[in-house]
Amino acid sequence: MREIHDIHGGIHPPERKSLSRPGELRDTPLPAHLILPLRQHLGVPAKAIVNVGDTVLGGQVLAQAQGAMSVPVHAPTSGTISAIEPRPIAHASGLADTCIILETDGADQFIACEGIPEWQTVAPSLLVERIREAGIAGMGGAGFPTAVKLNPGDSKPIDTLIINGTECEPYITADDTLMQCQAEALVEGAVILAHVVGAKHIVIGIEDNKPEAISRVTSAVQDASAEIEVASFPTKYPSGGEKQFIEILTGQQVPSGGIPADIGLVCVNPGTAVAAKQAIIDGKPLTHRIVTLTGEALGKPGNVIACIGTPISHLMGDAALSAEERQRIIHGGPMMGFAVSDLDAPITKITNCLLAPTARELPPPPPAKPCIRCGHCAEVCPASLLPQQLYWYARAKDHEQLSEHRLLDCIECGACAYVCPSQIPLVQYYRAAKGQMRDSEQEKRRSDNSRERFEARQTRLEAEALAKEAKRAARKAAAQEKAAQNGEDPIQAAIERAQARKIEQGES
Amino acid sequence: MRDVLLATLPGIIILTWFFGPGTLINILLGALVALITEYAVTRLRGQNPRLAVSDLSIVVTSTLLCIALPPYAPWWLIVLGVVIAVLLGKHVFGGLGYNPFNPAMVGYVVLLISFPVQMSSWATPRGLAEVPGLLDTLRHLFLPDTIDGVTAATPLDLLRQNTGLLFKDLLASRPELTGWGGVGWFEVNLAFLAGGAWLLYRRIFTWHAPLAMLAVLGLCALIGYDGGSSESGGSPLFHLFSGATMFAAFFIITDPVSSAVSNKGRLIFGALIGALIYLIRTLGNYPDAVAFAVLILNFCAPFIDHYTQPVVYGTRSKDS
Repeated sequence: MREIHDIHGGIHPPERKSLSRPGELRDTPLPAHLILPLRQHLGVPAKAIVNVGDTVLGGQVLAQAQGAMSVPVHAPTSGTISAIEPRPIAHASGLADTCIILETDGADQFIACEGIPEWQTVAPSLLVERIREAGIAGMGGAGFPTAVKLNPGDSKPIDTLIINGTECEPYITADDTLMQCQAEALVEGAVILAHVVGAKHIVIGIEDNKPEAISRVTSAVQDASAEIEVASFPTKYPSGGEKQFIEILTGQQVPSGGIPADIGLVCVNPGTAVAAKQAIIDGKPLTHRIVTLTGEALGKPGNVIACIGTPISHLMGDAALSAEERQRIIHGGPMMGFAVSDLDAPITKITNCLLAPTARELPPPPPAKPCIRCGHCAEVCPASLLPQQLYWYARAKDHEQLSEHRLLDCIECGACAYVCPSQIPLVQYYRAAKGQMRDSEQEKRRSDNSRERFEARQTRLEAEALAKEAKRAARKAAAQEKAAQNGEDPIQAAIERAQARKIEQGES
Repeated sequence: MRDVLLATLPGIIILTWFFGPGTLINILLGALVALITEYAVTRLRGQNPRLAVSDLSIVVTSTLLCIALPPYAPWWLIVLGVVIAVLLGKHVFGGLGYNPFNPAMVGYVVLLISFPVQMSSWATPRGLAEVPGLLDTLRHLFLPDTIDGVTAATPLDLLRQNTGLLFKDLLASRPELTGWGGVGWFEVNLAFLAGGAWLLYRRIFTWHAPLAMLAVLGLCALIGYDGGSSESGGSPLFHLFSGATMFAAFFIITDPVSSAVSNKGRLIFGALIGALIYLIRTLGNYPDAVAFAVLILNFCAPFIDHYTQPVVYGTRSKDS
């Protein structure tokens, strides 16, 4: 048995997971159109390679990856491209972004897919490329391009692959359902990924509030071609944060500013592992995902398999939303999610949950009161930060103190805001402060650059002036030397030359 | 805030039992003055006055101050103290959450320095004198001439004034000094300890500052006990259960706004307050020392914070 370690802080909010009946998975009807943002991952957006009016098949590449920090976008079903234009996307600030609009034709025709059944004999680098081509980005919420994660470089040998089946955020049961319904695919995906990164050990970690998932995965690993350990640990939020999860399973901490590969680990979400299995064995790109539809405002909550790009309004209709006045729809969970401002926005590769709470269920926050520095936040902070001090410095825009108090190590889990007796939306302050710090860092870099350019120019001009001066001095010396040799006075000679020229001009 | 007020009840009840209804009336008067002042100031400052008074934090401040004031202080002393606590203790720094000093202690110290006579007239405990009734108390409150009849020196006063008696003999020499912390005082401290323990159980604050303060105060008293000689600073039990010790440990130094923020910082904060209380009690000019010790450490809190930041996730190896 693996030794389970505890993390600092953490909270136990009401879980409310049974509402969406984990373990049951249903299909959702095909929407009339899909909205596919070019950027559904962390990094550079993909570049559209289809044109308006093109007819496409399911699985066809619609947009190509641009560089390493990018993944392609595929058509989830067959249809016609009707537009490539900015559309509202699910974003905390309600931004619009370029999307490919696909009018579905209902035939749901797919391109022929070719897997690599004998993947054990294939070089890992080729498998990584296949995973990138399948458009896979971390499906737990961050959307980090999986191919980048699988390629930490030779200087960082990987010992263990860990699958993060914690799903600690209340309400969400997408990973739980996936582990129950697709345990074999998950295990197969884990074995493939371990082969790709050269990991000797595989651990699947699941929080102990998912006994069904634990037993399904435990029985699936019996038949696996490699040895896989299933570890369960006590339920606590935010155990599923990657850094916290790693500490729970290994007792080690990812160094500040570093990545898990620094301590020989690669950590992926179960959905990502299943997507990797589909990409390698079945040759299928990432076009669908499991989404939890939940909240008391829904008549038919549950977990659905939906096309990426399905409008949120379509899924809400499918789940029989009876909207209240000022109904909020939250993308993600109640702790880290954000309210969607436009229901026409689509779900993406990172959408694990859509939460439609009633006002009674999740009341809008009361007005914030002053911070009295009671320190409850510091007790629950999983990163051992001092949230009350960060709040203070964030309001004062004191960037020096903010980095001194390690704001950048904040994982924005929201545990501090959850326990705050003054109901201060602390994480909002931290996000804003992080943005400002990034901006001023960039500003500083820009001004450093221009200063360096200016100084380089000054040096160059000075060098040029010196060179000119040296040349002139050399010429002068040469002339004087010449004059000395001929016994002429150089000034007299010059006057004579000028007079001669004048006479010449007068004659002509 | 409501919990803190509830937790002061045992202490207030015991104070009233032993010293009469003076403290109780002071608390009510103080709360009224505090609410009016807070309402007026927040209104003048363009804040929401209803929200400001509704959290009762200002009543906590006035209640803590009034518990510390002598039970039969004249009414104007109460009013002045509370107004100073609210204005100079809190609002000049920006209001709730921004005050570097404990407002109740600011009010207390200003009164102590300005009105030493009124501030050092404590009441005689039940058993040694007739405890005044409600009418008598009101008369004392508003007609200051009648104050002399009920006042007496506190056990800490007696200890400070001791010249030449062995500690054992000192205790035997005065009826006020029977019991572990003096008549009434032991029970009062026990009641505040009980209220504080309930707050700890409710996790309103952490154990770090109170425990550190009590431990260091006890340790200092043990070192200074000197076998109970005529130079003795008093026994550890005497220091722990007399004066404002338990009240300070659980209701004054646990004010989160003006204390150190991290748990490690609060250990140091509490420990230094404990040491200062002992030093001022035994070497200083004032019989009790809580207010000065707390204000001095309020000064130091940001400095303590600077050196006691917790080790953040992922920085462990770098530091070790």
